[in-house]
Amino acid sequence: MLFGVATIAILVAMALALVRAALGPTVYDRVLAVNAIGTKTVLLIAVLGFLAGRPEFLDIALVYALINFIGTIAVLKFVRYADLGKATTDSDGEAMK
Amino acid sequence: MELLRDIAGWILILGGCFFTIVGAFGLVRLPDVYTRVHSAGLVDTVGAGLMLLGLTLYGGFTIVTIKLLLILVFIFFTSPTSTNAFANSVYSAGIKPLLATRKDGKEDAPSNR
Repeated sequence: MLFGVATIAILVAMALALVRAALGPTVYDRVLAVNAIGTKTVLLIAVLGFLAGRPEFLDIALVYALINFIGTIAVLKFVRYADLGKATTDSDGEAMK
Repeated sequence: MELLRDIAGWILILGGCFFTIVGAFGLVRLPDVYTRVHSAGLVDTVGAGLMLLGLTLYGGFTIVTIKLLLILVFIFFTSPTSTNAFANSVYSAGIKPLLATRKDGKEDAPSNR
């Protein structure tokens, strides 16, 4: 019962974040929505593990929490520099604006 | 004691649901990208934290508790970090925050939704 309520709440929140991802005027709104959906996916996996009586799902949630962070940073860097491998300093050693 | 722990778990999980939904509504309703960062980052951290703490209480003390606490620690550190990096990259992309119009009718900064 409780976990069902929590699952529905998380799904509603994910649907609202999807609305923002679809509407979002700039690319950053979409990245933000995807980041929020990622955080909610971690919660959803954890709660679903309890709902199904199989808390082993938490391992997946653990990995997803880490991948979500790395993924957000990678997408931000890709949007900014259009390249993931390029150095972020120019030849003078100054940080690129 | 068992009952007390379950009730505390209920309250924490329902509180987490509340904050998660409030944050999602903020993500849709707020006017510009900086306010949305606030809503998504701050409220989401509270929502996820409360919900995972509630699950921790609910499950009893096993290996599951430790995994939940690990997830909690990861989210607690990575969510502010990614929010900060996100706001920084939005600002360096030249998107100005939406400011209130001044009384003399001039604009402080170009509004950019």
